[in-house]
Amino acid sequence: MYRQMVRIRTFEDNANQLYLSAKMPGLTHMYSGEEAVAVGICEALTDADRITSTHRGHGHCVAKGAEFKAMFCELLGKAEGYCRGKGGSMHIADQSHGNLGANAIVGGSMGIATGSALRAKLLGQDDVTVCFFGDGATAQGLMYEVMNMAALWKLPVIYACENNGYSEYTRTEEIAAGSITARAEAFGIEAHQVDGQDVLAVNALTQELVARARKGEGPFFLELMTYRYHGHHVGDINREYYRSKSEEKDWKENRDPIIRFRGFLVSEGIATEDEIEAMNAEIARDAAEAVAYAEKAPYPPAHEVDMHVFAD
Amino acid sequence: MREITLSQAVNEALREEMRRDPTVFVLGEDVAEAGTPFKVLSGLVEEFGTARVIDTPISEPGFVGMAVGAAMTGARPVVDLMFGDFIYLVMDQLCNQAAKQHYMSGGKLTVPMVLRTNLGATRRSAAQHSQSLQALVAHIPGLKVALPSSAYEAKGLMKTAIRDNNPVVIFEDKLMYQDKAPVPEEEYLIPFGQANVLRQGADITLIGTSSMVQVALKAAVLLEKDGIEAEVIDPRTIVPLDEARLLESVRKTSRAIVIDEGHQSYGVTAEIASRLNEKAFYHLDAPVLRMGAMDVPVPFSPALEDLTVPTPEAVAANARKLCAGELIHAA
Repeated sequence: MYRQMVRIRTFEDNANQLYLSAKMPGLTHMYSGEEAVAVGICEALTDADRITSTHRGHGHCVAKGAEFKAMFCELLGKAEGYCRGKGGSMHIADQSHGNLGANAIVGGSMGIATGSALRAKLLGQDDVTVCFFGDGATAQGLMYEVMNMAALWKLPVIYACENNGYSEYTRTEEIAAGSITARAEAFGIEAHQVDGQDVLAVNALTQELVARARKGEGPFFLELMTYRYHGHHVGDINREYYRSKSEEKDWKENRDPIIRFRGFLVSEGIATEDEIEAMNAEIARDAAEAVAYAEKAPYPPAHEVDMHVFAD
Repeated sequence: MREITLSQAVNEALREEMRRDPTVFVLGEDVAEAGTPFKVLSGLVEEFGTARVIDTPISEPGFVGMAVGAAMTGARPVVDLMFGDFIYLVMDQLCNQAAKQHYMSGGKLTVPMVLRTNLGATRRSAAQHSQSLQALVAHIPGLKVALPSSAYEAKGLMKTAIRDNNPVVIFEDKLMYQDKAPVPEEEYLIPFGQANVLRQGADITLIGTSSMVQVALKAAVLLEKDGIEAEVIDPRTIVPLDEARLLESVRKTSRAIVIDEGHQSYGVTAEIASRLNEKAFYHLDAPVLRMGAMDVPVPFSPALEDLTVPTPEAVAANARKLCAGELIHAA
């Protein structure tokens, strides 16, 4: 889990650099700070289990097993990207590991996740689907429609609300009335609030809920309290009008999921500082190689522009 | 050959496909015991149970979104959307999610779902239950659109839609559910993108969709009395569109009227007419004319509602003028 969290952080640092150096087209939304959520949850899933992701989706993609090269190629719009350069940062998908894709419509994937769970029940398959979404998406009506049906039909779906405190550029407390878990509880859905910076806590709870969902005890709802280190998107640099630098500093220094888990691994004697540094360096090398590869990789040929509108 | 209603034909199509493929299922409002308000799905729940004929809450975006997710992960849902007007409610799930998954994933994800719904005015249902929104859907790349014009067409197109690996929207005409037509007992499918020529003629081509095929056929009978031979063509699917067959006809007759029940402005008729003008210009003796519903919300009063849709008489009148060389301005 440590490795996966560092892989996400390293991926994001490289993606940020690509964007800032104008090598990366379009928009991107950084996941740094929220690693324990994606990793804690995805490590409790198999490749047969599905996830749906958000516009802030790189972390979920890495955590679900994607590799750097195809991801960086996708971010740069290259032919060897996971989506042959047609999805980009906001639509990255990796079906081979059960990732049904990032979704650039806030709350847009809630129907898809719940439908995936309906399919599992209908066809007698025992996989579980996790629907990742942010606190901002809890203002969308679709969520309440599908939670109603998921609860009525006991579907194997886990709604994972990443509450990073901000709905784009607005404090969540300004847009969300009442408590977020109470919204799920209104449908009779068991809801938990979890420290999203504690990968072990997230993983232990998810393992338990996934096992129960496989047995038909679902759906479940998780509110994961976390924080995004960057702005809403990479261009959101001057953000003091909606959140303070001291708040950011506090989360980064005192509640970072990677620093915290690293301390645990060392104090418990599971890994030494040297081993961890070696692992970090190896991941940094992998990422640098993947970026270099993606930068040189070819764009899709022009004839692909009207491919994949329809399936055969 | 036996004759059955359009409603029975759709029911048979679903029944046969559900027997053939255990991944096919139906969901929507009042689809199980009620069999939908139009009774199209009556009896399916008795054979397949509530696990495969699923009554949903009144949550159109929710259950259409769930169909997208089920389709992306290995099932073949047929969603029943009670009225075509409710398409406005599900635009994000249909147009942003279903239509784009295959393309955005570089061909890796597919969404083999069918959205069956309806179109058509003149049922005195007023403006929120009378619209014909096929142009709206056809505008979105990634969605196929089928417009059955009879019981025979409805069955064959539905079976093809269920087996298609793309999201398909089928609009049935509400007024035609009880219309009977010969339908073979043995299995058949109607391929998408192949227009059907219902009547041969040398003087003018009438291209009609859905119930406007019947309007075109009636107009052709009226024109026959004036010695005008109209060729009547049903495109069957507007996405994909059998452009080649339409062009072939227009090159022969030199004149055409396109008739569809959607609003005339920015509509299906405009698209087809424009393609014919672009690709058969030097074969034409007159501009291709389009006839759609008036650009007004559909009124309730029978006296007003009937004025809004193309009629055989209006089509025939325009055809006579075109054949006489008169210029007509589309409404």
